[in-house]
This record gives sequence, C-alpha cells and structure tokens, in this order.
Amino acid sequence: MATAVGTLGHTREESTVWKWMTTVDHKKIGALYLITGFTFFLVGGIEATLVRTQLAVPNGTVLDAGLYNQLFTMHALTMIFLAIMPMGAAFFNYFIPLHIGARDVAFPRLNALSYWVLLSGGLILTSSFFFGEAPNAGWFAYAPLTEKEFAPDKGLDFYTVGLFIAGLASLMSSLNFAVTIINMRAPGMTMMRLPVYMWMTLVVAFLLILSLPVITVALVQLYFDRNFGTNFFTPGAGGDPILWQHLFWVFGHPEVYVLILPSMGIVSEVLPVMSRKPLFGYTAIVMAGASIGVLGFGVWSHHMFTTGLGTVPQYVFSASTMAIGVPTGIKVFNWLGTMYGGNIKMTVATYYSIAFVALFTIGGISGVMHASPSVDGQHQDSYFVVAHIHYVLFGGAIMGIFSGLYYWFPKMTGRLLDETLGKIGFWFIFIGMNLTFFPMHFLGLAGMPRRIYTYDAGLGWETWNFVATIGVYIIVVGVALFLVNVFKTFRKPPDAGDDPWGGATLEWATTSPPPEHNFDVVPVVRDRDPVWYNRDHGIVTPEKPAHLHIHMPPPSYFPLVLGIGILLIGVGALSSLAITALGVVVVYYALWGWALEPTE
Amino acid sequence: MGRSGPGRIIAIAFSSVVVGVISWLCYLAFVDSADTPQSTWRPMSDNTHNIHTVYEIVFWLAAIVFVFILILTLAFTLMFREKEGTTAQQFHGNSKLEAVLLAVPVLIVVAMMVPSFKAIAQNTADPPEGALEVIAIGHQWWFEFQYPELGVTTANELHVPVGRAVSVKLKSADVIHSFWVPQLVGKVDMMPGHENHLWFTPDTARDDAYLAQCAEFCGASHANMRFRVFVDTEVKFDAWTKATLADAAKPATDIVKAGEQQFTLSGCVGCHTVQGNAIAVGKLGPNLTHVGSRTTIASGVLANTPDGLHKWLSNPPAVKPGSKMPNLGLSEDQIQKLTAYLGSLK
Repeated sequence: MATAVGTLGHTREESTVWKWMTTVDHKKIGALYLITGFTFFLVGGIEATLVRTQLAVPNGTVLDAGLYNQLFTMHALTMIFLAIMPMGAAFFNYFIPLHIGARDVAFPRLNALSYWVLLSGGLILTSSFFFGEAPNAGWFAYAPLTEKEFAPDKGLDFYTVGLFIAGLASLMSSLNFAVTIINMRAPGMTMMRLPVYMWMTLVVAFLLILSLPVITVALVQLYFDRNFGTNFFTPGAGGDPILWQHLFWVFGHPEVYVLILPSMGIVSEVLPVMSRKPLFGYTAIVMAGASIGVLGFGVWSHHMFTTGLGTVPQYVFSASTMAIGVPTGIKVFNWLGTMYGGNIKMTVATYYSIAFVALFTIGGISGVMHASPSVDGQHQDSYFVVAHIHYVLFGGAIMGIFSGLYYWFPKMTGRLLDETLGKIGFWFIFIGMNLTFFPMHFLGLAGMPRRIYTYDAGLGWETWNFVATIGVYIIVVGVALFLVNVFKTFRKPPDAGDDPWGGATLEWATTSPPPEHNFDVVPVVRDRDPVWYNRDHGIVTPEKPAHLHIHMPPPSYFPLVLGIGILLIGVGALSSLAITALGVVVVYYALWGWALEPTE
Repeated sequence: MGRSGPGRIIAIAFSSVVVGVISWLCYLAFVDSADTPQSTWRPMSDNTHNIHTVYEIVFWLAAIVFVFILILTLAFTLMFREKEGTTAQQFHGNSKLEAVLLAVPVLIVVAMMVPSFKAIAQNTADPPEGALEVIAIGHQWWFEFQYPELGVTTANELHVPVGRAVSVKLKSADVIHSFWVPQLVGKVDMMPGHENHLWFTPDTARDDAYLAQCAEFCGASHANMRFRVFVDTEVKFDAWTKATLADAAKPATDIVKAGEQQFTLSGCVGCHTVQGNAIAVGKLGPNLTHVGSRTTIASGVLANTPDGLHKWLSNPPAVKPGSKMPNLGLSEDQIQKLTAYLGSLK
C-alpha cells in the first residue's frame, strides 16, 4: 500500500469538505487563504463604507461615537491582519513551490495549521462585534487608553487574544516559507536566479520572524495589565505608556513593509511578462527590497516624533526614515525601466501594476514628507497621514493584489477572468480610490485630525469629506464587478491553457491548475527567466514518465484539531478557564497524534 | 503614439499635459484648503514659520517627483503598449544609468534632511528668557490651562500676549492627548507620567480665536475635545488677566441668585471651582469662575449662549458621548436658573 500512508490515505473516498479540511496541499491551503482574505477584505470594506458614510456631512448621525470608534479600529485590524496579510500569504502559499520548482512547502502540515490558526484569530477578533464589544482604541491601541480603567469592557481583550493568535499563524507560516525558499529550490535555482517575488517573500518572512515576537510580548503584557493587575503600561504605578509605543512600532513599522513588499514582488513579475522583456536591474531591485527590510527595523520612532522624543532621536529617526526613500526610489526607476522599450500587453493585470507604480509613488512621496519631524508636527494624526497610508496600502498593496489576482487566476483555476469586465472594474476602483484618498491630503492640510467621528461645518472640510465618501461607493461598485467577474468565470469551461501570458517563471511550465505534485519532472533552471530561456534555446520539458512515483505528504486532520485547540484556548482566555483547559487537552491530543502520524 | 520619432514626442507631450492639468487642479485645491480656519499652512508664530520653511521645500520637492514620475509612467504606457509587428527590446538593465539614477533620490533626501534638521534644532531649543509659563493638562475630554506666575486657572480657551514667547508644560490627567494649534505650534503629545514641553511666540494678535483640537485618539469623545487660543495685544491680555484673577461676579438678580443655590443643590460644586463661592471647590471639571466670558462651552463643542448652555445641561453625554458629567436629570426650571447663573459668571 504505497499510497495509503499516514492517518488518511490518498485512496479513500472522502467528501469535498473533508478533503479541504484535511488538506496539506499548498495550493489548496493557498486557495483557503485567498478566500478567507478576500472575505475579510469585504468585511473591512463594509466597515470603511460605514465610517465614510458617517463622515459624508458635518455632524453626521449615521453612527454614534462608540460604534464609529469600533468600526475605524476594526477596519484597520481587519484590512491589515485579516485581509492584506492573508491574501499575501495566499499567493506565497500557492506560488512559492511553483516558483522555485518544488513539490510542496517544507512543512506541509505546519502550513495547514497556520491557516487554521489564522482563521481562529480572525474569528475571535471579528466575533467581538456580536458581543457589542469590538476593540475601540485604534489598531495601535495606545496605553493607557487600553487599560482596564479606561476600557473596562472586553473589546481590548478580543484585540490582544485575536492578534496573538493571528500572529502565531504568521510566525509559523513565515518560518515555513523561509525554510522552503532557502532549502527546496530546484536544481540550478540559485539565490540570484530566484524570481523577485520570491525574494520579496523571503524578506517578508524574515521581517515577520523578527518583528512578531515583539508585538507578542506587548500583547501579553497588555493582557496581563488588563486581567491580572500588572502595570507594564500604567503610569503612576511604575509602568510607562511610551514602552507600549516602542514595542508596538518596532513591530508596526516592519509590518507596513510586510504589507507592501509582496505587492512590489507581484508587480516585479507582472511588468516584465507583460512588457515581454526581462526585469530592469534585477540585482538592484532585489538589494533594494532587502535593504528596505533591514532599514525598516530602524525607523519605528518616526511614528513617535510628537511624543517628546528629544532632539537627537528626531535627527536619527528622521535620517533613517528618509534613507528608506532611496531604495524605494530605485524600485520605481526599475519598474519604469522595465516598461521602457517593451511591447506591453495591456491586460487588466498590467493596468493594476501600472496603477501600483503611480499610486504607490504618491504614497511614498508623502511618506518622505512627514519623515521631516517638523512637517510631521503638522501631519501626525491628521488626514494627511490617512491619505498617505491609503496610497501605500490601497494604491500599493491592494492594487498589487488585484494585479496578482488577474495574473494568476488562470493558473489557479484554468480559467481567464473576463478582461473587458476587469477593465471596467479597474476604472471604478482606480477612480474611486483617487476620489476617496487624494482629497484627504487637502483635509489634512486644512487641519482635520483623524479618528474623529464628527466635525463642525465651517472649517472648510465639507466638500472634500463628501467627495471622499462618493469615492468609497465607486470603489464598492468596482469590487462588486470583480466578484461578478469571478462568478461568471467559474461558469465557463477552462479556457486559459498552461501559459496564457507567456510567463517567464516556472509556474507557467506546468498545467493550469497544476497537478498536486506541481511538476511531473522537477525542472532544471538555467536562467532567471527559466521558461523564456528554455523557449529561446529550444529546450523542451522532458516527457512525463510512464510511471510516476511521487511521494506527496498525506492529508491529515491533526492541523485542524490543533487549530481548534488553539481557538478554544483563545476563547477561554476571553471567558473561562474551563474552556482554556479543554483547549489545552485538545492541543495535547493533536500534538500526540501529529507526532505519531506515519509519514512513510 | 509610437515608440520612435514624432510618436514618442507626442506621447510625452500628451502625458505632460494630462499630468500637468491634474497637478494644477490638485494645486488649486491645495491652495484653497490652505485658506481655512484650522489650516496647517498659515504660520502665525516663530514655531510654525520654522516648520513652514521646511514644509515648503519638502512640498515642492514632493510635487516635482510626483509630476515627473506620473508623466514617465503615463508616457511609457502610451509609448510602449502592445503593437503589431514590434518586439520588445531585450535588455537586463543599465548599470551606468542605475548608478546615476541612484543619485537622484539621495540628492532629494539630502535636500529635505538639511532644512529639517535645522527646524528640529530651532523648535526643540529651550524657550527664551522671560517666556510666559503655562501648564496645559489634557483631560477626557477638555483642556485645563494654568498660569503659575499669574495664579490663573482656566479651561478650553487659552489667552496669550502677542510677541512674547509662551512656554507650555504638557501633562495629562488620564490618557494620551495631543496639543496642537495648527497656526501657532506643531503638535506635541500630553503623556500621562511624563512632562513634555513646547514653546512658541505668536506674531499676530487678532480677535478671532486660533482653532485647535486634540490630535491623539483619546476615547469616545476625542472628536469633541477642542480648544481655542486667543492671541491678545498686551493691553488686552493684561485686562483679561486682571478680570480672570478677580472672584466670580456676585449674583445681582433673583434668578441668578436662585441659580447659585441650584449650583450647590445639583452637586455642581463637587466637580467645579467657582472662585469666590466658598463651597464650589471641585477639581474634576473645568474651573467655571469666569465661564460666562468664554466664547464656547463643553470644550469648544457648543457656543456659549443660553441655548448652548441649555442643550449642555439637559443632557451632557448626548452632546459629548462618554462625558464625565452625567445627565443630572434637571428640570426645565432648574436649567433656566443654572443658565442664568453660569451666564452671569463673566
């Protein structure tokens, strides 16, 4: 019984749901991440739409202060931790093995566990709405506003527990990704032949491995402060609210690059393929990405210029922050250099990638502007910063993700999304995005602070707030059109073929969707653009051997059980010790089963 | 529009016009927004002039990069989009060009850094001798202002003389707040457990207040935590000081007298100080000794009119969610009395 190994054999007949629940296939897990991430993207979008509806006119009455504060907090948490990061992880999962010519990630069961744990964290965080106690102190959750004295209800406990668990998932998946990229490359796939997307993935994995422990410590401390009477962040009892800010931003700033680097990677794949020429300045773009990652750890206090840092720290963090503008600038030049001289196929993926270059540049420029502490004294906590982060995260991260969705959808499903509908949707999202976020620069300039649920007429804020709200509804139409496109596409027969774009990287050398083992024969890599190299040098993929003896890891339900155990521990941390104890038992059972699961 | 000869020129010209028009419209909107009451772009003190000098440099550098990159992006899109019978030029980069282009962001960054550092040094220097000392304390959700050398305590409306440096010690009674007067001084946070400082020398006296509001999210009514700064001529400031040092006006009419009694009966005295009223010595809420002379109440949310007071007294948390002042369930008659009394505290 060569195939029926592990707790669950390959040969048993199982229902579809059970197959997905026990899968350890990186492609299925990637799809789960993508569906989950996109669903939370819609949730975060609804939260944003409500927030903007409240602000459409002065003294709005759609939401009250309490609900508004929950919604803007949950909008940020949902988008950052449950939408953009999981969608990034979705593509990582799906395409790391395909890009490097491997059969799966290094630790397939750990990979499944990461997903179930992330889902648990997301459910805990979002379920807070059903208890009427969603976190309401901003995603940054500055102490002492988050301490029991000022936030007596459970909202901030949902925050600490939910983020702790989501962070656990990211930590596990990051280790998995880093190990996979470093160790499981196909023959000939040297580090400097890795697709840029893989480099960005590797940088992101290290950013998370190094920064997540910091926020984890802070979350535990906050949980202890709130529940066990410690005083890590309470002034007057030996604690210090500034400590929270340092811990939060030592994580929080690298986190921004965690959100943007994957999209930079996607654009670095899409633009050369669509321009039909190699990436301009591969080495520079890789080194720029890596140095953004390194510098990203030395700039956190620019979020704290107004906290009374003192003179010299302002010099230091101002200089380091501005320095990040240099590698970022290099990347922008290289993307433009990639387009130069090309024969650019204007697909929807191209549209989103070019939009990324333009919009991310705007966000990058405004970022350098408030790297100047004096200017930051006027920008900090104003709508100018809201404009900035949305140009980076929507204009950057989300545009890149949409580009990736259109680019890789045919590989993942065998079907091409409708290009015409995609282009209409693009214009809605592009125009809506700019109408929403560009006016926020004007509002910031006019002195409008962020995170206010209401404002008076007569401050010159009416027009642009109204325009921004109109913009959101236009984005909503654009996103709806994307969903229509997806449903339409699933109703038609597969039409994509293996390589609809003329791709350069290894995922295009296999079928769409790829078989469970990815490649019938492990590819040999001779160039940075292996598929193009083989095409130009007449190297044909070796025939599929008559008898495939490929060992793939068997499905297992222990990752799911372990995930449920962690979920129970989390729920127990919010309710009763008994549930936590039950969770510990489940975790122990799952670890036991996991350890003894036969793998050969 | 093609990739060679006149086509290339047309593409660049077209892109320049499109981006130029968009940028110009943005600039007009920018200028328009600069001319608003809480604008960050109308410096009225040495502190904000220092900021503005850097801000202008940074702004124009940013604008140039914005226009330049957008023109290139659009022009390359038009020039190099797919065309029958053409093929892409195959090249992997251009080391010389890349090295030269590396200098561009470096130079831009240096051009921003030098003036930024100068402004940091200016704005974090010690305040000049003879500065007027003010202690500003952030509360959920109002501002307390103390003048130690004058012996004055007031709330939500800060009076300062023109041309004299004002040195502000920043404290917080509860959570983090931020002190920010866009036209007078860049923001500095009010940290519980820490004491921060800022100083500025206002250069223009005017009757209209300089608008300000809390700039760090501080809970339910963060949006309702506003304050005003009045930059007075020296004569006016001295008059204000004298008036503010005096005890509260004695009740002159029956209704005001009844209001003073009501102020005690309703328990207002437990939280509010009215200097000259021996029982009104509470410290939790704003000092109301001269509340009648302020232009607004409830930290800038309502106009200080009988209507405004009526609205506030009827149900404070309805005006300011989370307000520490509860709904006292006052009757219409009691509100009338209190309104008369508070209005009399000029």
